[in-house]
Amino acid sequence: MTAQKKDSTLINMVLALFIITGAAGLSLGYVNELTRGPKAAAKLARKVQAVETVLPEFDNQPVSEVVRVMAGEPGDSTEIYPAYLQGEFVGAAVTGASEKGYNGLIRLLVGFHADGSMENIAVLEQKETPGLGTKMKGERFLRQFRGKDPSEFELKAVKDGGDVDALTGATITTRAFSEAVQQACEAYRGYKESLPTEN
Amino acid sequence: MSNASKYKSTFLRGIIRENPVFVMLLGMCPTLGVTSSAFNGLGMGVATLFVLLMSNTVVSLVKSQIPAKVRIPAFIVIIAAFVTVVEMILEAYIPLLYEQLGIFIPLIVVNCLILGRAEAFASKHSVASSAVDALGMGLGFTMALTVLGGTREILGSGSLFGFPFVGEEANMLILFILPPGAFIALAYLAAVFNKLTRKIA
Amino acid sequence: MEFWVIFVGAVFVNNIVLSQFLGICPFLGVSSKVSTSLGMAAAVLFVMTIATTVTYLLHQYILVPMGLEYLRTIAFILVIAALVQMVEIVLKKVSPSLYQALGVFLPLITTNCAVLGVAILALGMEDGNLIKAVFFAVSSSAGFALALIVFASIREYLELADLPEGMKGVPINLLVAGLLSLAFLGFANLV
Repeated sequence: MTAQKKDSTLINMVLALFIITGAAGLSLGYVNELTRGPKAAAKLARKVQAVETVLPEFDNQPVSEVVRVMAGEPGDSTEIYPAYLQGEFVGAAVTGASEKGYNGLIRLLVGFHADGSMENIAVLEQKETPGLGTKMKGERFLRQFRGKDPSEFELKAVKDGGDVDALTGATITTRAFSEAVQQACEAYRGYKESLPTEN
Repeated sequence: MSNASKYKSTFLRGIIRENPVFVMLLGMCPTLGVTSSAFNGLGMGVATLFVLLMSNTVVSLVKSQIPAKVRIPAFIVIIAAFVTVVEMILEAYIPLLYEQLGIFIPLIVVNCLILGRAEAFASKHSVASSAVDALGMGLGFTMALTVLGGTREILGSGSLFGFPFVGEEANMLILFILPPGAFIALAYLAAVFNKLTRKIA
Repeated sequence: MEFWVIFVGAVFVNNIVLSQFLGICPFLGVSSKVSTSLGMAAAVLFVMTIATTVTYLLHQYILVPMGLEYLRTIAFILVIAALVQMVEIVLKKVSPSLYQALGVFLPLITTNCAVLGVAILALGMEDGNLIKAVFFAVSSSAGFALALIVFASIREYLELADLPEGMKGVPINLLVAGLLSLAFLGFANLV
């Protein structure tokens, strides 16, 4: 058990640390190379999955056909993922964000039909209070948006004179959520106008 | 003592008598920070177990080659390397857990439990007993985090491992998944654990 | 205005100890007396500010340009460990009285996750720059000091309390920390 320890001479100390740090650095470089592909794939898979949950049926690859539109804030772009079924435009998934959440940023992905009504909404990023604000991911809250056309559905909490039923105990989250959806809607309207008219 | 029973007592020590969380109060930051659900607690526990096992093994392997004065920095580099490996693997293969654990993944480096075992155990014992020690301590840590996460999830979200047993509209004790709930739940769990182990002893 | 938001955010809203769970070990470990907690708080302020400055520059000007971001954890912890040693040596030479006051706390700081945690969090700030990062570190250590000193003051009284056997020691301390954390929840949405 009593292995002879190396003496703490300067050369021994420098050498030992140098070898350990070098070995650690090299092996990390190697693992980094190994995981680079899977990391990118995982990121893409999450995006594809979010897009699939909010869009109506499609057969193209919306993620690779993404269109970026600059929104108000500098460096803050809205992403639009167009969906086509047999060559016909069926809708798009659009990101929307609001800084006014209870703990700041909320980012959503809103899926629209070609007629402008909403198919579904996915939450991409949020820091809301667990158990209160996070219920915005729940079916009970989200289902009120499905099939609604934002031009007839006021995207404001009922309290503020709109049509969105607020989450219990999370009015601020509801307001931010509605604002983010509104942003996505406006981006979608702008995008649709830029499309070549059908026929 | 025979070899087998020595390993057994080394292994069990980390789970009960010197449980890192309930008894030794080591690694409190991740214990409190990530246990808002059983899944997160389990994930952090397993990640820590992996780093602990690897670092204990490697430290024990190279212990005679490291001069005493640079011992601590050398251990820290070894631990940090394995933590980075865990970080890369989680990001690539379990991105959901990677996002949930967030900053607490790189902070595994400063989990006193890991450096503590390297210094107090692995630098003095054989590779095999160091590995057994790491398994015991790591499992004790994992169990504690999973129990704490499970308790908080049941009380705060009305679910366990993400499977709900109350409706979406039920109002649970949200306090328990908020930061104060971490302290309060751990306080009572530690009291209960101490009472139980005292009875056994 | 922006600095005010960083300050209130780091001290009250997202208090590093009571809501982010960084630096729990010294929070529970050296809080039995107000005088020792003051020493610890000063040592953390000192090391955290210097460490964040150095790691921020290291990340921005060496790791990122060379594409070595994955070495972040290893590089940062080495910088912090070396820095703590250096601060100890310099302090011993320059100000023996300060060294006497802070000396015992310095070695503990290497494994204080608040220091590494703040160094990493400072990288992720919106429109970050060096001044903001350093200001964030100072604010965070002020938050650490506030939590630690309030907690220590309560614990001094707690020694006189008559408690059931099972709650003595760790459990009651954690419970008090929980109530403190609950109080800090009241600051939510302040900024």
